[in-house]
Amino acid sequence: MKNSRFDATVLTLGFAFLYIPIIILVIYSFNASRLVTVWGGFSLTWYREMWSNQGLMDAAWVTARVAVISATIATVLGTLAALTLVRFRKIPGRLLFSGMIYAPLVMPEVITGLSLLLLFVSLNVDRGFWTVIIAHTTFSMCYVAIVVQSRLLTFDRSLEEAALDLGCPPVKTFFRITLPLILPAVLAGWMLAFTLSLDDLVIASFNTGPGATTLPIKIYSQVRLGVTPEINAICTILIGLVALGVIAASIATKRNEVRRQRDEQAAAAG
Amino acid sequence: MAKSLGPVKRKFSPWTDPASVPFIRFENITKKFGNFTAVDNLTLDIYEREFFALLGPSGCGKTTLMRMLAGFEEPTEGRILLQGKDLAGVPPYRRPTNMMFQSYALFPHMTVEKNIAFGLEQDKLPKGEIEARVQEMLKLVKLEQFAKRKPSQLSGGQRQRVALARSLAKRPKVLLLDEPLGALDKKLREETQFELTDLQHTLGLTFLIVTHDQEEAMTVSDRIAVMDKGVIMQVATPAEIYEAPNSRYVADFIGDINIIEGNVVSNQGAATGGVMLDCDGLKIVVDQECPASTGDRVAFAIRPEKVRLNIDPPTETAVNAGAGEVYDIGYLGDFSLFLVKLDDGRIVRAAQANIQRLVDRPLTFGDRVWVNWSRDAGLVLTR
Repeated sequence: MKNSRFDATVLTLGFAFLYIPIIILVIYSFNASRLVTVWGGFSLTWYREMWSNQGLMDAAWVTARVAVISATIATVLGTLAALTLVRFRKIPGRLLFSGMIYAPLVMPEVITGLSLLLLFVSLNVDRGFWTVIIAHTTFSMCYVAIVVQSRLLTFDRSLEEAALDLGCPPVKTFFRITLPLILPAVLAGWMLAFTLSLDDLVIASFNTGPGATTLPIKIYSQVRLGVTPEINAICTILIGLVALGVIAASIATKRNEVRRQRDEQAAAAG
Repeated sequence: MAKSLGPVKRKFSPWTDPASVPFIRFENITKKFGNFTAVDNLTLDIYEREFFALLGPSGCGKTTLMRMLAGFEEPTEGRILLQGKDLAGVPPYRRPTNMMFQSYALFPHMTVEKNIAFGLEQDKLPKGEIEARVQEMLKLVKLEQFAKRKPSQLSGGQRQRVALARSLAKRPKVLLLDEPLGALDKKLREETQFELTDLQHTLGLTFLIVTHDQEEAMTVSDRIAVMDKGVIMQVATPAEIYEAPNSRYVADFIGDINIIEGNVVSNQGAATGGVMLDCDGLKIVVDQECPASTGDRVAFAIRPEKVRLNIDPPTETAVNAGAGEVYDIGYLGDFSLFLVKLDDGRIVRAAQANIQRLVDRPLTFGDRVWVNWSRDAGLVLTR
C-alpha cells in the first residue's frame, strides 16, 4: 500500500511538472488583463488581437507552407534512403551510410544550422523561403528514413517476390504492394517531419531571410520585447492542433485494432 | 530398379523412357552464397505433368534450387532449361512459373478476389476474362463465398487455398510449392495433400514441391529427390525411396529404420546365396545384387515393420535372427513399436500392427523374445 501511494505521488509530480506550465499558458491566453501574470477575468481579446496581427499571421502562413513542403520532400527522400539502406545490402560502405543517417539526430542544431548557412553563403544563394525548406528537409529527412527503415526491416519480402512472380515488374510492385503496406510508417514519418519543421527555431533562424519569418522566430523575437498574451493565444492554438492530431491518430489506431480483432474472430469462426 | 516396388499411383513414368524429353532440366547447377555452397554441381531432370518433390532437411539447398527456377536467385554456375530454353537472365516476372509461398504471401491490403486477379491483371487480360478466371479459381478451391474478404479475415486453411488459387490463376507451366502445407494442422494437411494430387492430375500441370516432411512428399509426388548438403542423394518414386534407399542417409531420412553395421563375408549374387554379413557376431544373409566385395564395411538396413517378433525361437536361429528382451514399447495407436535389446546389447526396433485390441497384447517390458526377418526383408547399403 505504501508503495502504491509513493507511485501515485511520483506520477502526479511528474505529470504536474510536464503539464502545469502548459496549463498556465492556456489559462492566461484567456486573460483579460494585458499583464501576463495577473488574472483580470475571462476574455477572448487576445485571440482577436492575434487574428488581426498581420505579422503573426504571415509568420504562421510561412511556417505552415515550409512545414508541408519540407515534410513532403523529406518523406520522399527519407523513404528512398530507407529503401536503399535496407534493400541493397551489398553496396560498399553501407554500414557507414546507415550510421551517417543517424548523425543529424545527435548533431547539435546550432551546428546543422550553421553549416547549412555556410553552404548557402558559399554558393551565394539568397536566403529566404526556399533555403529554410532545404534546411528543414535536410534535418527531418533522417527521421523519416529511420521510421520507414524500421518498418521495412519487418516487411515480409515474399510479398514483393509474390508480385514479381505473378508478372509484376519491380517499379510497379513498389507502388502496388510495398508502398501501400509501408504507408502508415511513411505517413508517421511525414507527421514527424512536419512537427519538427513546425517548431524549429534554431536551424530556421540561421537560414531564413527577409520575408520568410517562421512562427517560432516571430514568437521568439516578440518574447524578447516582452511576453504579450497574444503569444499565449497562438501557442494555445498550436497546442490544440497538436492535441487534435494526437487524439485523431490514437482513435485511428484503436479503430484498426478493434477491426483487426473482429477480423480474427470472424476468421476463427470460419 | 528391375522389379516395381510398392503401389503404383498412376501409369506415368516418363523417366523410364529414354526417348522422353525433360521439361525442366537443371544442368550442373552450383549456387554459392559467399563461402557457403547451397547447391553443388547438381543435375536433375523433371518431366512434363510430373509431381516432383524436393525433400531434405533445412539448409540442404532444396529451397534455393526452387528459387533459382522461379528466378529469385541466379545460379553461380550451370544452367536451367525449361522446355529446352535457357532461363538465364530472365527475370521472375517474365518466367512461366508461379510459386505458392510458404508464408502464402497474400497481399494483406487486397481482397481474396483481388489477390487472385493480380497475376491476370499483369497480363493485361480483358476484364471479363479476368473475372471469369477468378470465379473459376474460387470455385476450384471452394472459396466462392469468401471473395470479398481480406486475408486477415480468413482461417489458415482458407488462406492456403487462396494462395494456391492465386498461383494457379495464370495457368503456369510449372507450379512451385514451397512447403505449402507446413502451417496447417495434421488433419487438414492430409486432406489437402490428396486434393493437391487430384488438382495436379485434373489440371495436367507440372508441380514441383519443396518439403522437409517425408510423409507429404510420399503422398503427393510421382518422384522424390532426397537432398543433403546441396547434392541429390537419390531420385526415385516414393515406393523405391522407401523400399530401396541407396544410402544410409536416405534410409535414415525416410521413415524409421534399423541400421546395423557389418562386414561382407561373401557376396554371391541374389540367386545363388546372397550377401553374407558378419555384424559383430550377428550373421545376416540378404538376397540382393550388391556391388560390395568381401571385407567391405557396409550397413544392413531393415524397416521395423519387416522385423518379426516372436516369443518362441524361429526355425532358423543361426542367421537373420537374434534373442533379447523387450526394452521399451511405444504405443502409437495403429501399431506399437517394440525396442528389443538383443543379448549382445544391440537394440532392434520392431513394429507390430495392433490388429487385436490392447487387452490381448501379450508382450510387455522385460519379456524374452526373438526377432527375425526373411532374406529379402532388408537391404545392404554400401554408401
